[in-house]
Amino acid sequence: MSEIAIRVENIAKQYRIGLLQERPDTLRDLVTSNVQRAGRWFKRGDESRSEGPSYIWALKDISFEVERGQVLGIVGRNGAGKSTLLKILSRVTDPTMGYGEIHGRVGSLLEVGTGFHPELSGRENIYLNGAILGMRREEIDRKFDEIVAFSEVGRFIDTPVKRFSSGMYLRLAFAVAAHLEPEILVVDEVLAVGDAEFQRKCLGKMSDVAQEGRTVLFVSHNMSAILRLTQETIVLDQGKMVMRAPTSDAVDHYLNMGLTKQGERTWSDEDIFNHKGPFIPVALRVLNPEKQVVDTVIAAEGFSIEVEYQLSEDISGLRVGIYMMTTRGEFVFTSFDTDAEHMFDEHTTRASGRYISRCEIPPDLMNEGRYVLGVNASSYRIQRYFQDDKALTFTVDATGAPGMQWPEPRLGPVRPKLDWSIGKVGR
Amino acid sequence: MENTQLQKNQTPVTYLKPSKGWLSIDFKELWRYRELVYFLTWRDIKVRYKQAVLGIAWAVLQPVLTVLIFTVVFGILLKTPSQDLPYPLFAISALLPWQLFANALQRSSISLVGNANLITKIYFPRLAIPLSAVMAALVDFGVSFIVLIAMMAYYRYMPGWNMLWLPVIILFALLTALAVGLWLSAINVQYRDVQHMVPFIVQVWMYASPIVYPIDIIPEGIWRVLYGLNPMVGVIQSYRWALLGGDQPDATMWISVLVVIILLVSGLFYFRRMEKTFADIV
Repeated sequence: MSEIAIRVENIAKQYRIGLLQERPDTLRDLVTSNVQRAGRWFKRGDESRSEGPSYIWALKDISFEVERGQVLGIVGRNGAGKSTLLKILSRVTDPTMGYGEIHGRVGSLLEVGTGFHPELSGRENIYLNGAILGMRREEIDRKFDEIVAFSEVGRFIDTPVKRFSSGMYLRLAFAVAAHLEPEILVVDEVLAVGDAEFQRKCLGKMSDVAQEGRTVLFVSHNMSAILRLTQETIVLDQGKMVMRAPTSDAVDHYLNMGLTKQGERTWSDEDIFNHKGPFIPVALRVLNPEKQVVDTVIAAEGFSIEVEYQLSEDISGLRVGIYMMTTRGEFVFTSFDTDAEHMFDEHTTRASGRYISRCEIPPDLMNEGRYVLGVNASSYRIQRYFQDDKALTFTVDATGAPGMQWPEPRLGPVRPKLDWSIGKVGR
Repeated sequence: MENTQLQKNQTPVTYLKPSKGWLSIDFKELWRYRELVYFLTWRDIKVRYKQAVLGIAWAVLQPVLTVLIFTVVFGILLKTPSQDLPYPLFAISALLPWQLFANALQRSSISLVGNANLITKIYFPRLAIPLSAVMAALVDFGVSFIVLIAMMAYYRYMPGWNMLWLPVIILFALLTALAVGLWLSAINVQYRDVQHMVPFIVQVWMYASPIVYPIDIIPEGIWRVLYGLNPMVGVIQSYRWALLGGDQPDATMWISVLVVIILLVSGLFYFRRMEKTFADIV
């Protein structure tokens, strides 16, 4: 029988919305709103009480248990309540309802480098950040060299961190956090930062932590990290826990969640509220050779993928591209519409207007299975206008693919039709 | 809200549940986080004097320049009485505890908002923040104390045994600042008007304290009692007395003590009550 590290029952969290208008933010607003309320009260008696400001449930009825030593993933779209849940578990904020108990010291890593001060040196920040994360001074003393070694900032350790490159800054910040030793570690999206090499290093450190038998709650948008680190995953959607399952099932469910129409993903203004032009995504579609929107394509026939978008102003150096991923989170390929040299030359600047960038996936390329498409629109090294790593999922059917005479699954995301020759070279 | 207890297997258990109403203050927990208070204080001081050529010398220069201005305006031009003390000495002996208080108050009242990034990301007793802001002011005070010693040497004033009261008086000044700072910092989380009001509050408060003028000019009786409601009156009076002698602090001192106790206890409870909402509204 294993011990319980975390148990929460019917946890819920309510926030007030429309804060800008509703909440009195200054004393003057408070006074005026009270005067108004008093006025209304005189006119209509108790009626005004019920109208109140609007509330939103960021989390509702969340119940689960985590056993000691378990690594549990949490996935969900933006606004699904992941961060709120972690904030409640790490005691940053109180639940509005419900009950929970946590057995053991909690170390929370809701953001890398919390409390780092730009004016202080790397050395000073290690101590400060360590103390903020709950390390004792002698603990930091003891681990100091290890932290510096992990961060690879070496001789810059006495330089103010405001002079650090962003990579150095992140490495140092993560290094401090990685040397925390609580029984329960709560981690939010830390791996979303830094370059690929650093991410690998962080991931390695995270799996070490997991193997040491500590309980870890891990939130990420990086499905391959979730798949690699966790055995079980919770899926949150609109504040509710919609699933708890072995990670591969949960990730599959998550990636297929909330698709409006099969084979097509459209974006409404609401989805992209934080992407205020100049690139406004409209739709991403998977098309069969007859140019019909479909959920399932046949690998042997080939298919095409198109991105429709609106440019609100001229953009130079724009490239619109797709990522293809397996539902296990491995990348299959990345391709941009201006990859080809002549395309790059012809479309240096794209005038404002509505566009469709379409690419043809040749026949006999993909293996059967379910794939995830992501969209990226950027100007190289200048700006990323839009990115959605899991905009759409679709199925590739193996009918007519090479090797179908053997009814076996073929490993790997591609299943190319290759020219083989067989020649006899001996007796 | 939550409490932590040791079970038989020594694993601390934390309970998460909605908290309502007034909460008790967990001093034990605050004590466990004393290193955090230390590091936050240390950060405030370090950062304050980083990239300033004169660095911590500003803690000396500020009182010196202020005393200079006071001496010219109030001592020489207005000929304000100064309890038979040389005016510069009279002024500095009040200015030091005053600046300690004013600094501590100003820093602590904006401290929660200034540390919003910590509050929204990490759990720790929120009291650590205003507390470390108050402590940071104490360091400046320690440095500027040199000015006072130098001036006492110059005017050949030897402090007597009364000086042993100084730590108590300084603590009292800090508690006063903390008491008001707790209220203001917690209110400031929701109503940012506070940070615009604080400089004004400090200015009015300074003229309501016997810094540039002696307490004698306040009429005895009911006026003196009302005057004593300002705890800094007691602080400054007793500070002057401890260092330079003169009239012993009178009964007004007890009014000051009472006011501070009321402010501090209510401030602590108000702070605790608001604490759980800080992360949501800051």
